[in-house]
Amino acid sequence: MALGKKERLALLDPLVNNNPITLQMLGICSALAVTTRLSTAIVMSIAVTLVTGFSSMAVSLVRNYTPPSIRIIVQLSIIASLVIITDQILRAFLFDISKQLSVYVGLIITNCIVMGRAEGYAMQNPPLLSFLDGIGNGAGYSLILLTVGVIRELFGSGRLLGFTVLKSVNEGGWYEPNGLMLLAPSAFFLIAGIIFIVRLTHPEQQEHA
Amino acid sequence: MQQFSMRYIFGFCALICLVCSLMISVVTVALREKQEINRHLDKQVAVLRTAWLVSPDEKPSPEQVAELFKNIRVHVIDITTGEPAEGVTPETFDDAKAPTIPVTENGPGMPEVPKLVRIYEILDEQGKTKEFILPIVGKGLWSTMRGFLALDADGNTIQGLSFYEHGETPGLGGEVDNPRWKELWKGRKAYDSNGNVAIKVRKGPAGPPDQNPYEVDGLSGATLTSRGVTNTLQFWLADQGLGKFIEKHIRNAGKGV
Repeated sequence: MALGKKERLALLDPLVNNNPITLQMLGICSALAVTTRLSTAIVMSIAVTLVTGFSSMAVSLVRNYTPPSIRIIVQLSIIASLVIITDQILRAFLFDISKQLSVYVGLIITNCIVMGRAEGYAMQNPPLLSFLDGIGNGAGYSLILLTVGVIRELFGSGRLLGFTVLKSVNEGGWYEPNGLMLLAPSAFFLIAGIIFIVRLTHPEQQEHA
Repeated sequence: MQQFSMRYIFGFCALICLVCSLMISVVTVALREKQEINRHLDKQVAVLRTAWLVSPDEKPSPEQVAELFKNIRVHVIDITTGEPAEGVTPETFDDAKAPTIPVTENGPGMPEVPKLVRIYEILDEQGKTKEFILPIVGKGLWSTMRGFLALDADGNTIQGLSFYEHGETPGLGGEVDNPRWKELWKGRKAYDSNGNVAIKVRKGPAGPPDQNPYEVDGLSGATLTSRGVTNTLQFWLADQGLGKFIEKHIRNAGKGV
């Protein structure tokens, strides 16, 4: 499928130029919570991307019939239903990971990215564009999540996806794991670092006081 | 801006709700069976981990679990009498529908507990009883914690403790999952010489079991979770919990159920 310029923009713009985490500062909460291990970060990324894509599409489909007075609750119902379905699917097919993600799957409902794209984009744009915008924003979120996940798992426990990369002292190796990486604040520092780099290379994103 | 009548707004709401709930119902019903299998398997693996038959990192396949379970005898026990429950077999027993003892009767810090529970009797190669895996339910800081306690055939020595379901803070109370902490339980004694429940989690380090048989290291930064573990064990090892069963069928009989 050849994508027009608009479609490509909707899909690719959120990766760096309009990244939901680094520019819009949305969805930080779950980025802290699920990135201690890469496997949970991957599953969370896929879940959020799909939920954002499909909820934006669904919201966009009914946008012309939705009474403005109840639009937020309509968006929430759609998002909540999709999240419950995602949670059920994870429990059936990826039980261990869904146990580790625990409440955070349910909390996709409150992930500001999903709601933000539904209200900010899907209400004004046609379904296909909204879907691509949702997927693009989900991918932008995933990009940050995976970067943080790789760094935290590698330096926090010396592993990647559960495989030992840096053999830790506890297992008879040389690497002393950095305990800070396993705690939530480290994700704050890492995300701040990523934002710093992105804004250094994209000066137009800098905010002027 | 387009004006919508009140009737339209309510109709629209009803329609959205209907479509959403239909989707959810279909998915839930379609996947329930698979989820049940997962949950059941997860619990069986927890039993095996508590008995140290499966190492903490190992992920056994369903076939391996079934193989290991050949050496495990399952009993359904009524905790109020300590005897096998009448009219139910382990095969027909449905944990979810089991009668419960309400929270008001269980003393402070304890949730509602099941009246009928599954007990797992682990046999060695000769078919002799090696240990019992007893279910425990209690409250941590945030959540109801469900797990198992491995009690030796002598009815006193603890062989292991693990929780398969809890929602404690990762890194603090969540360290109840830490294999090194779980190791510490091996060899501790549940009861003192007078037969009172003595085991508890203390604040700070407790030393090896031969010096300090009744206490286990507290989890740093998780005083309330540690206290929850103590409460849970004190309940389940006393007569309110599985004390009667332990008395009748483990300590005195020594021959199993």
